[in-house]
Amino acid sequence: MQISMNKEQKVLLSGNEAIARGAFEAGAVFASAYPGTPSTEILEAIAKIPAIKAQWAPNEKVALETAAGAALAGGRALVAMKHVGLNVAADPFFSLSYMGVNAGLVIVSADDPGMHSSQNEQDNRWYARAAKIPMLEPADSQEAKDFTRLAFFLSEKYDTPVLLRITTRIAHSMSPVVLGQPEVPTPRPYQKDFRHRVLLPSNARARHAIVEKKLREIEDDSTVAALNQLNCQNEQLGIITAGVAYQYAREVFPEASFLKLGLTFPLPQKLIEQFALQVDKVYVIEELDPFLEEQLRALGIDVWGKEFVPQIGELDPGVLRRVFQCDQNDNRTATPPTSREAAAEVEVPPRPPLLCPGCPHTGMFYAFKKLRLTVMGDIGCYTLGALPPLSAMDTCLNMGASIGLSAGMRAVLGEKGRKVVAVIGDSTFIHSGITGLIDVVYNDGADLIVILDNETTAMTGRQEHPGTGITLQGKKTHRLDLVALCHAIGIKRVVEVNPYDLDTVLHVLKTELSQNEPAVVISKAPCILKTRQMLGPLFMIDMEKCRVCNLCLKLGCPAIEREGDLFRIDPAFCVGCGLCARVCHLQAIVPAAASAG
Amino acid sequence: MDTKTSNILLSGVGGQGILLAGQILAETALASGYDVKKAEVHGMAQRGGSVVSHVRFGNEVFSPLISEGEADFLIAFEALEALRYLGYLRADATIILNEQKILPQPVRIGDATYPGNILEICQRAAGLVLAVNADEAAETLGDRRVANILLLGMLSIFLPFPMANWLDSIRERVPVKTFSTNQKAFENGRLLAEQQTHQ
Repeated sequence: MQISMNKEQKVLLSGNEAIARGAFEAGAVFASAYPGTPSTEILEAIAKIPAIKAQWAPNEKVALETAAGAALAGGRALVAMKHVGLNVAADPFFSLSYMGVNAGLVIVSADDPGMHSSQNEQDNRWYARAAKIPMLEPADSQEAKDFTRLAFFLSEKYDTPVLLRITTRIAHSMSPVVLGQPEVPTPRPYQKDFRHRVLLPSNARARHAIVEKKLREIEDDSTVAALNQLNCQNEQLGIITAGVAYQYAREVFPEASFLKLGLTFPLPQKLIEQFALQVDKVYVIEELDPFLEEQLRALGIDVWGKEFVPQIGELDPGVLRRVFQCDQNDNRTATPPTSREAAAEVEVPPRPPLLCPGCPHTGMFYAFKKLRLTVMGDIGCYTLGALPPLSAMDTCLNMGASIGLSAGMRAVLGEKGRKVVAVIGDSTFIHSGITGLIDVVYNDGADLIVILDNETTAMTGRQEHPGTGITLQGKKTHRLDLVALCHAIGIKRVVEVNPYDLDTVLHVLKTELSQNEPAVVISKAPCILKTRQMLGPLFMIDMEKCRVCNLCLKLGCPAIEREGDLFRIDPAFCVGCGLCARVCHLQAIVPAAASAG
Repeated sequence: MDTKTSNILLSGVGGQGILLAGQILAETALASGYDVKKAEVHGMAQRGGSVVSHVRFGNEVFSPLISEGEADFLIAFEALEALRYLGYLRADATIILNEQKILPQPVRIGDATYPGNILEICQRAAGLVLAVNADEAAETLGDRRVANILLLGMLSIFLPFPMANWLDSIRERVPVKTFSTNQKAFENGRLLAEQQTHQ
């Protein structure tokens, strides 16, 4: 991203970049996050701003706590996470409204309707209501920037964290942004305040009353009113909406009256009642849950919402036209029969995402499958190992879950549990696998935990983490030693293996599975996208030796192709990892150079 | 200036430079005085999955997403990825089709077949189809990786943006030492498109 310092300049920014710019303009000095699609680029953009100390945290809970500490010390602070990240950070999140913030604290939650890159479709607007934290929802990049600034303002005015809730189509969409000048916030030096900051029950009881009072004040705050846009041009139909859903609704109902909410918690009750009185019929158009709709009904306002608007998946203008059965006077908006027919007449093969050619995870998953293991999986690139042809993962639940799931399975299965293994990436292990491992040792488990250490957070685009020994800005720092950590936890059997050495991998897995104590196997090889080097010579298939047994295809390597009975390795994809040559029983896969010579 | 919003869909496979092409296109639209929005999904793109970028420009653009039946242009960076998005086209849409094939995994391992008549299906689905093997054309210019800019060049003859704005956006976004090859690819694309539309 190029964030210019020129004034009044209009640039194209993604929502994530715009939030980074908003933090800069608000005079923020600290930002933290754990990577997670679609929020990752917020910190990557902030990292380029020298005025803000930006850092990756091991997980979202730590990110929020450090940001809260920064705010307490008097520096405006921002923390960003994907929707499920807020589950991890929920503990400090719920009590921060009580403790207050001193300097502004903005928490960005990037939700993922449509689950482009997530394990669930949770609607984090409920968090604002449950934790009694004000929430803003921008509808494009300009608002993403402006609302970030406003969120800092509100946060300081009411001594509360503010939730900035975005979705994938805000985070990853680009639209023009008029840049502003950075402000210098009023200094807010730290002061010790026992009743305010120490949430002992006796203090917290008083704080709860203050939290409720503040929410009522925010509702009536006229500066907050600027966040909500009212446009009454039509007496028949009024639409209440927020976020990107506004853009879809505005396109489908250009003639309707609109109440576009920027502040979606607490709801501006009077404004909503006033709007509802001016129109005959009110539609509530929101993505995911009936969050606004239920509150409007509770106010006694007669609205139409989820009777029409799907609660599952993403919206777009086409979805709204279909569910509201809009007249399509404009012939541009209907799929023409010719295109539809042409599209329907041919079966388009799917193009699923894959483990890369030469991915170090491939060998491990091949081994799991060969040993017929029950694999408790985790979150990362390696979740792709669950897909055919590897199909070597039984579960994928949440960050760090593999170890707990394995421990629980083994507790119930007894001796039959010997085939259960937990598999977790290095970044995920540091995020929330460590406490699971402590549980295994403490409770006398004999679990086998495989850490796939590819020295990066691969799935979100190769971010650094404590195990890489490199910071967000690419500076060298202390490198967490996974082997020493496992030993310190009490694991005596810690074995490092080269995942490309299939025979050794199989031998080590078999040995460790037969022990009566817990073991950790660390698969050590960097992500193939990190090194971008050939791992060995290009390989080819000698068709005179090949008996079309299909064994090499079971690796799921994108470089291996089959056409009828003809097998081929695409030299454009092969990185020379040699795994296929090790899998082939007939020695039909050989280095291309040797064969040519 | 046309008051209607123009909708351009860019589809292909992770690693083909689709997101960069979308960025250059959107920045050129902004520099040419239009409101613009661009939408895409990150995360899975680099793992060989299907990638699509929505670019919309006009006087005032609301939705960042193009709906089915709305796209004026489809640039398919890979042949099969044209078929996947035909439902997004309006009847008189223009398709710019890169005939380069990248086999998806189910086809590679013999579980599915790669359709054989893609050009013909595209011709039935759209008002105009310009077909080229952009990868091969880019290779003759010395760098396969400029295929994306060549395809943008083809698209550019249909759009109301000044040439200087295109080149400025490209200069901003590509490595300095590759600019001249990218410029050549862009101009080559324009030429190819003009030849095909004047036949």
